[in-house]
Amino acid sequence: MTYRDTAIEVAGLTTSYGDHAVLRGIDLTVPTGTVYALLGPNGAGKTTMVRILSTLVAADEGRARIAGFDVRTQPDRVRRCIGVTGQFSAIDELLTGRENLRLMADLAHLDAREAGARVADLLVRFGLADAAGRRAATYSGGMRRRLDLAMTLVSRPRVIFLDEPTSGLDPRSRRDLWQVVRELLAGGVTIFLTTQYLEEADQLADTVGLLDGGRLVATGTPAELKLRAGGETLDDVFLALTGHAVATPADQDERQAAR
Amino acid sequence: MTTITYATRDSVTMLRRNLKHLVRYPSLTLTIIGMPVVFLLLFVYVFGGTMGAGLPGGTGSAEGDVSRADYLHYVTPAILVMTVASVANSTAIVVAKDATEGIIDRFRTMPIARSAPVTGHVLAAMAQTVLAVVVVLALALALGYRAGASVAGWAGAAGVIVLTGWAVTWLSVALGLASGSVEAASNAPLPLILLPFLSSGFVPTGSMPTALAWVAEHQPFTPVIETLRACLEGRDPGSDVWWAIGWCILTAVTCCWWAGRLFGRVRAV
Ligand SMILES: Nc1ncnc2c1ncn2[C@@H]1O[C@H](COP(=O)(O)OP(=O)(O)OP(=O)(O)O)[C@@H](O)[C@H]1O
Ligand SMILES: [Mg+2]
Repeated sequence: MTYRDTAIEVAGLTTSYGDHAVLRGIDLTVPTGTVYALLGPNGAGKTTMVRILSTLVAADEGRARIAGFDVRTQPDRVRRCIGVTGQFSAIDELLTGRENLRLMADLAHLDAREAGARVADLLVRFGLADAAGRRAATYSGGMRRRLDLAMTLVSRPRVIFLDEPTSGLDPRSRRDLWQVVRELLAGGVTIFLTTQYLEEADQLADTVGLLDGGRLVATGTPAELKLRAGGETLDDVFLALTGHAVATPADQDERQAAR
Repeated sequence: MTTITYATRDSVTMLRRNLKHLVRYPSLTLTIIGMPVVFLLLFVYVFGGTMGAGLPGGTGSAEGDVSRADYLHYVTPAILVMTVASVANSTAIVVAKDATEGIIDRFRTMPIARSAPVTGHVLAAMAQTVLAVVVVLALALALGYRAGASVAGWAGAAGVIVLTGWAVTWLSVALGLASGSVEAASNAPLPLILLPFLSSGFVPTGSMPTALAWVAEHQPFTPVIETLRACLEGRDPGSDVWWAIGWCILTAVTCCWWAGRLFGRVRAV
């Protein structure tokens, strides 16, 4: 396979913090233009995985390629292809929504006219046009999440990482975000997302990987996994394949509230 | 465009971001300027009469505006250098705060010049230094300070300020990155604030105990302040200028290298 059909290729990825092994030999392949959902409970290693694939930290062992480029040896080439929305907000609170987007456009080296048009377009698309002139510090949680994602899209990345993109969003915002993901897909991008919401993986993913104890305990389409576990929902799947349940949205909301 | 022009462009973008922060968070800049202003007023009006009288060639009597004016003349270069150090104090805090923000991780996943975020901080701090020094100098002039400098002298003085600002800025950027938290960063540059007192800036080193005088004569702020004083008075600074330049370049280069290494490993967990 060439990079034309493989957006993300991971082989034998292993990493630990001190003597705590977080990832123990992850192999996965994500075809271009598809959505891969990495599903796992708190502490499973989802964020670690995203940080390795987005060149923020180096894995101890193994190899990862994004759009054909090695994350360790060609980080700059990788960075030119990717957009990352991390689990925690990565916006500049002292700048307005518009200025945040403009900052991204300037760093993407768009010329002034193109940058202006792109920023205006994203503000409208993410429902931030009315709040564009307000400092991001005054935004609600949902608005921050949308701004965060809009900032990721300014440079038109080909491979997008979304680490728990809908945590802390209400059901409506969640559905809106799913809609955005579908539109992006129609534009041919590849999406790697992590989630604790089973419904989310079911809704969006072409392929789901179940991460537990640092290993991918199951991989397949949502339908395949359901068949394998003989259950109706991914909840059943998780229980059948790992012996314990995934966190529910309620658990997660509690976790958000505790922050 | 070449790599260099991209790096310049990214640094200018970061500079703009940092300047916006300064404008939106003006209390920090006010604190920076406030400290040397308070010291200037304190030294001139509270201590000035006595201190001026004690200067070599002073009146010897602790009375009158003459000694106060003498001391204003003597202490202004030191207060200007202290202003530069005061900016450094806030730079360390700003840098440490920024390093803990999520957006830094975003920058690190983007194909931008690796040095741009740090360069942006350095340039913003330099702009702040120039602004703060101009304000404090204007106050000194308003209080009656008169420099006898020619155009060349003023150019030299500006050069000393910029060079010193450049060195202490790199030092404070490195300290800000190294400290890992805003609290630690707010204490790290304290020596920078105290060191000017142990120099020839406030009293001639000859009036200090021998050991202290030795320290004062050999620490970096003394040649910097003496060079600035000479430039402002229109004198030839002699060998002090080379010591000042040497200290500044040594500090800036070492800290630039240090900051580069630190920025490579900054992780917002
Ligand atoms: N910098 C670090 N130092 C030490 N341990 C870490 C560090 N980062 C992550 N870990 C540990 O690695 C494990 C995986 O963390 P990670 O953040 O990848 O989990 P996650 O699946 O994203 O969890 P969550 O759903 O809570 O976001 C956890 O046990 C965590 O404590
Ligand atoms: Mg996580």
